[in-house]
Amino acid sequence: MDLEYTTLLPEIILSLSGILLMMSAPMVDRERQHSLGYPALLGIGTAFAATVVQWGLSGEGFYGMVFQDSFSQLCKLLFLFSAAAITLSAMSYLEREKLLHGEFFALLSFATVGMCLMASSADLILTFLGLEILSVSTYILVAFREKDPKSTESALKYFILGAFSTAFLLYGIAFIYGATGTTRYTQVADFLSSASFYPLALALGLALIAVGFGFKAAVTPFHVWTPDVYEGAPLPIAMHLAVSSKAAALVALLRIFYQMLPDLSQQWEGMLSISAVLTMAVGNIAALTQTNIKRMLAYSSIAHAGYLLVGFCANNASGVQAMLFYLFAYALMNVGAFTVIQVMARDNERFLSISDFRGTARRHPYLSAALASFLVSLAGIPATAGFMGKLFMFAAAIESQHYTLVVIALLASAVGLYYYLRVIVLMYMWEPSDILEPAPVPLSAKIVIAIMIIGTFYLGIYPKPILDLASEAAIF
Amino acid sequence: MVPITHYLMLSAILFALGALGVLINRNIISMFMCVELMLNAVNLAFIAFSRFLNQVDGQIFVFFVMIVAAAEAAVGLALIVLFFRDKSTLDVDQANSLKW
Repeated sequence: MDLEYTTLLPEIILSLSGILLMMSAPMVDRERQHSLGYPALLGIGTAFAATVVQWGLSGEGFYGMVFQDSFSQLCKLLFLFSAAAITLSAMSYLEREKLLHGEFFALLSFATVGMCLMASSADLILTFLGLEILSVSTYILVAFREKDPKSTESALKYFILGAFSTAFLLYGIAFIYGATGTTRYTQVADFLSSASFYPLALALGLALIAVGFGFKAAVTPFHVWTPDVYEGAPLPIAMHLAVSSKAAALVALLRIFYQMLPDLSQQWEGMLSISAVLTMAVGNIAALTQTNIKRMLAYSSIAHAGYLLVGFCANNASGVQAMLFYLFAYALMNVGAFTVIQVMARDNERFLSISDFRGTARRHPYLSAALASFLVSLAGIPATAGFMGKLFMFAAAIESQHYTLVVIALLASAVGLYYYLRVIVLMYMWEPSDILEPAPVPLSAKIVIAIMIIGTFYLGIYPKPILDLASEAAIF
Repeated sequence: MVPITHYLMLSAILFALGALGVLINRNIISMFMCVELMLNAVNLAFIAFSRFLNQVDGQIFVFFVMIVAAAEAAVGLALIVLFFRDKSTLDVDQANSLKW
């Protein structure tokens, strides 16, 4: 055990790039602030390259505070990939919305550092710090449309509830520390496997930690903030909340439960399967009645957290593998869908009502086709990444005899079909409600949408590459 | 010597008061102060456990919690100022423009 700086190489690179961006933002002309996205992309790309180079290395760093293993590396690749896509689509967004503050990219880089730390942490202190780095950056990013009262209000709601849930998480950590005398994952696991009885404080700690991460991952009954915050947040940040921040919370919870509390799996499996059922039901049913597409996708993201929990409850290696695969698939289709919506919403996010999507296929044949394929993938129709992800996840749950859970998940997906297909029907089978010029499609958005489309169908037809990586990463 | 259960009871009471305060207060600043109370209740629990276990880990954790609470306060108060600029009130019930 030693201070192995290289175990946190991607995080260090990304932090430095974030600090440099923060310092250079005041020196760049106001009109050119959005072009700070290029150096941000460079930083993210370098961190990505560092992770790829380190692939396969394993060990511990910072005196056992940090794990370096294929699980943390694959998670980092996922977070950096989504961060790059979000940065790319945010550049044209910031220019269009006149939100000319280059700090946006610095904060996004810091949030990504927090997520990477959560994935590689081996100690509850570091997990907590990673979560807070992510949260505090995200509070600011949600409020980025400062002129829009909705943005401020949603940031305030997110902040108060986020701080509230953090307190619960910390109280849980305090109980685990009190019961076992350590906050290191492996040491807690060792203590538990040799303990003759489990102190009550431990059960309390387990439940409180689940509350803290359940809030971030938008799991029922802690999902209430989700639709409001997504609606008020700038679209690239709604993307970040739906994809990366949710994935980070689930990945950290996975590490804690699988690696630190495997002896309590009976308890948390029961708790999480109830939560999975509620999450899928609430997400899918509430999405049916939405009139705003951002809110609809918010409820859809709640539903997807429920599907991911089904894989979580499987509590076997193929469950972890399926979850990681699904997180990749989910990032592809959700970033894609949000980017199309961002283009179609036009300046000031004017057209976000679902009825605004009537007849867009006439105006935007390519964009509508792209959105339709992302929605089809979110609904889980064969030949798309979403279908493959669900298939692997439900197969893993069946492997550990969670039949009821899988049946409920299938019913919930069937309900989900309705609201995804409704948007497609509106786009293709209705007359446009008003005559508008086609919205301009910036090159960066074109690139993001093209990559996501190719990824969605590639993983839907030939999932092997990511599946192999995920099976290598399923180390628990 | 005061037994550890006393400290833990005090911490639990403070935490519960804080949580209750967040739920029933309508003023955003008071809600925020109640969250801080909850964090301090956690700090008390950490220190009590740390003393009980004869370790310093818990006390170090408290420093991290304090730093994070300070960072959160900076961002949170800025958000509250923004909100006050929009609505000219600190009543959380006025935060009602986002609803379904």
